[in-house]
Amino acid sequence: MRLGADDLELIDRDVEGYLERHQRKDLLRFLTAGSVDDGKSTLIGRLLYDTSAVFDDQLAAVERDSRRHGTTGTATDLALLTDGLRAEREQGITIDVAYRFFATSKRKFIIADTPGHEQYTRNMATGASTADLAVILIDARYGVVAQTRRHSFIASLLGIRHLVVAVNKMDLVGWSEATFDAIRDAYTDFAARLDVHDLRFIPMSALRGDNVVTRGDAMPWYRGPTLLEVLEDVHIASDRNLIDLRFPVQLVLRPDLTFRGFAGTVASGVVRVGQEVMALPSGRRAAVAKILGADGEQDEAFASQSVVVCLDREIDVSRGDMLVHPGNLPKLDREVEALVVWMADAPLVEGRTYLLKCGTQSVSAEVTEVQYRFDVNTVHRQDATLVEGRPSLALNEIGRVVFQAARGMLHDAYAKNRRTGCFIVIDRLTNATVGAAMVVDRRPARTEQALRSRDAERRQALARLASRVDATERTKRIGHAPLTVWLTGLPRAGKSTIAVLTEKKLFEAGVLVQVLDGLNLRLGLNRDLGFSADERSEANRRAAETARLANEAGLVVMASFVCPQAADRATVREVVGADRFVEVWVKAPVEVCEERDRALAPDGSGLYARAHRGEIKGFTGVTAAYEEPQAPDLVVETDKLSADAAASAIASLVIARVRTATTR
Amino acid sequence: MPQHTLSHLRQLEAESIHVIREVVAEFENPVMLYSIGKDSSVMAHLARKAFAPAPLPFPLLHVDTTWKFREMIEFRDRYCAQHGMKLYVRTNEKAVREGINPFDHGSDKYTHAMKTQTLVEALAELRFDAAFGGARRDEEKSRAKERIYSFRDRAAQWDPKNQRPELWNLYNGRIDRQKGESIRVFPLSNWTELDVWLYIHLESIDIVPLYLAAPRPVVQRDGNLIMVDDARMRLLPGETPQMEVVRFRTLGCYPLTGAVRSSARTVPEVIREMLMATTSERQGRVIDHDAEGSMEQKKREGYF
Repeated sequence: MRLGADDLELIDRDVEGYLERHQRKDLLRFLTAGSVDDGKSTLIGRLLYDTSAVFDDQLAAVERDSRRHGTTGTATDLALLTDGLRAEREQGITIDVAYRFFATSKRKFIIADTPGHEQYTRNMATGASTADLAVILIDARYGVVAQTRRHSFIASLLGIRHLVVAVNKMDLVGWSEATFDAIRDAYTDFAARLDVHDLRFIPMSALRGDNVVTRGDAMPWYRGPTLLEVLEDVHIASDRNLIDLRFPVQLVLRPDLTFRGFAGTVASGVVRVGQEVMALPSGRRAAVAKILGADGEQDEAFASQSVVVCLDREIDVSRGDMLVHPGNLPKLDREVEALVVWMADAPLVEGRTYLLKCGTQSVSAEVTEVQYRFDVNTVHRQDATLVEGRPSLALNEIGRVVFQAARGMLHDAYAKNRRTGCFIVIDRLTNATVGAAMVVDRRPARTEQALRSRDAERRQALARLASRVDATERTKRIGHAPLTVWLTGLPRAGKSTIAVLTEKKLFEAGVLVQVLDGLNLRLGLNRDLGFSADERSEANRRAAETARLANEAGLVVMASFVCPQAADRATVREVVGADRFVEVWVKAPVEVCEERDRALAPDGSGLYARAHRGEIKGFTGVTAAYEEPQAPDLVVETDKLSADAAASAIASLVIARVRTATTR
Repeated sequence: MPQHTLSHLRQLEAESIHVIREVVAEFENPVMLYSIGKDSSVMAHLARKAFAPAPLPFPLLHVDTTWKFREMIEFRDRYCAQHGMKLYVRTNEKAVREGINPFDHGSDKYTHAMKTQTLVEALAELRFDAAFGGARRDEEKSRAKERIYSFRDRAAQWDPKNQRPELWNLYNGRIDRQKGESIRVFPLSNWTELDVWLYIHLESIDIVPLYLAAPRPVVQRDGNLIMVDDARMRLLPGETPQMEVVRFRTLGCYPLTGAVRSSARTVPEVIREMLMATTSERQGRVIDHDAEGSMEQKKREGYF
């Protein structure tokens, strides 16, 4: 394990204290994609070696081997550290993925190393299915090649959100920044066609170690993080779906007549004691009476925890069923459309029947349609090949397939849920796993339709409940009227800073006030949303609804959102209500905002810098327009005014508005 | 707002519990192979958690070569009694009668007779269709590719060309029972040796005291420190047992298991020795650590 001097000191002095701190670190799974020629084995060897995951004896063996058949002259050939699979490959043994492990003081890492050229699609899909991040290796001498596109496509198809493009062998191109830039630009163009949330580029030499674990001195022009720094710091906690509760029941525990619990792993979302849940497919409801976790009773269970859930009344639930929140249902449909990676020599053929395992459900299903297949190198669609006159998918092909299951299958779209949106395809005769499938979100959910007929109360619940406390009474109790102050402006214009300062001033003036911040919402309520135009609008709608709820509770809301589109601001005004809505334009020239951004992140990791490099798409102020407010209630120019002065101006406006409203 | 994140140990724990439950849900007659070692202790601990408050829904099976450390056998019997676990112990009585022992017979022959053969016969006799084992992928370079579900034919042989891809957390547990097929399952695949020790510490899991340093009678033989555990130990001319403070990194048959000199008398001290060893190695110091335990090697080849 890689340890710093302070770790060593602590371990030596107080090992229990050290363990207390370090058994809390988290786990990152990542995939390395590339061929041996790109230096993949060398890169993994370098990571293991530089993080001290290699023992003396292993190293001694590799040093011996390096002299015998290494490719690095007198230097130790680190590629040999991971080459234990060569012999098996020659014997024809199937190796899909080899897993390697290392740890630092921050994280434990599991590397999925997928060897081989021929079986690559199948192997990489297997490794990618559990990976949080993929390292795509590019040989700096050749740039983006067909293989790079294939690897990137598979990574994106399998739902990996973080891609690190490792431009390797920089030593062989004279450490040229221009070469690196050209590869980055070419890749960024291509990646626009993929669904990638987080894209980074690192120039490196795995052979020499530059920018793998340590920085080296050959590329002073690169100011970004090393690969290990990215691996240690990349934020993956919010990749999980904590919104939609899906609890597939693995088995029912019934040790005696007094206990009946449902064991399973929470696929997504959070379930709490006391909450009402619905069992699917029965549609019956019950409340959660108790949750038993690995450490005994707990109040709630969240995605990836293995627990036992007990309900407050006996309803019929068995393996394959799912517990969900009644207002948030998965699809329950016999027809499922999916992108399928085919993994067997015998092709998938339209009309054939297979067994699907989806979560804890096993269902037999017929292939009713093979719509098309992908050319994995170009990501273009092609007609499926015919087998006996029927469309099919051959080994290592990826295509879009419609299945008709023998009974309704509970599932979600893979893009929304990486646990309930996938299934494996099993050959019913050989029992082999022959395919992997990711559900496509196309058809409207029929679940509610299916359930509504037997669940009439649901319809009534949709009528809005009227409060018996009216707004005037509430205002009287609180001492002021509610208001939403919507701060809009460019990134780094100063919105959040001013929001927080204003909040403090208002609070001190006796106003009940709360900050609503775009970034904060993205950590919770909006964590399932990306940055496409549609998703931005949805984020905006949710923010407006949240502001409205807070206003209805009587609070003043200081909302800070870029909110670049006039149409979106109009929506907010409508949702919140024009009479309690104030629009403030936090105005600063884009150059000033950029300069602030540089000062905050001088290493080039700032928002603007990344937007200029093409790593953030549709960034307001760089590649997306900011539609200036036509009639704001107030303009604060933060290049002329201090944040404090701006906050004072806004606070005065607010106090004038909410106090006046009280007396009115 | 709560973070809703799991530490790496809790994540590994949850994943292992998921695998253990999945096997119980899909197989008719599982068994847990119990070697009494630290990995077995962790695996049994996870299994108890997976089904609490219900009792363990499957028995344990120990293949006893008759040459295990005495402390191991005491620990095994106490552990199973304490937790009310059903335990099968199987020994190759025929090989015992033939006098097969670790001194006179090559380790291949000894291991095959006492372990592999015994295990295969026991699995067939008791008609188990799934057997949990405590092997980990980090144990050796070639294990890195092992699946969590490992398929075996009627003769319990591993068919390397017939292993299944494993995606997400979806395990394909379909076998042909008519043909006598079965699987071995490795719920600790993604744990490293360090994870196992950290978890033992975190959960205060009971382990055989031989893992912790204490004065023990040992002789030095071929560069290994061998403990004289009972009167059957054959001493070579000139060998006299010496009391030394030692511990074991792996446990097996005592004449074949080397001890290391160590002052680590508690689990945290063992972890400290592990951490300092790998680190000081990088600083070029000579360190005291045994090569891949020879017992581990045998366990993989035959026993597992």
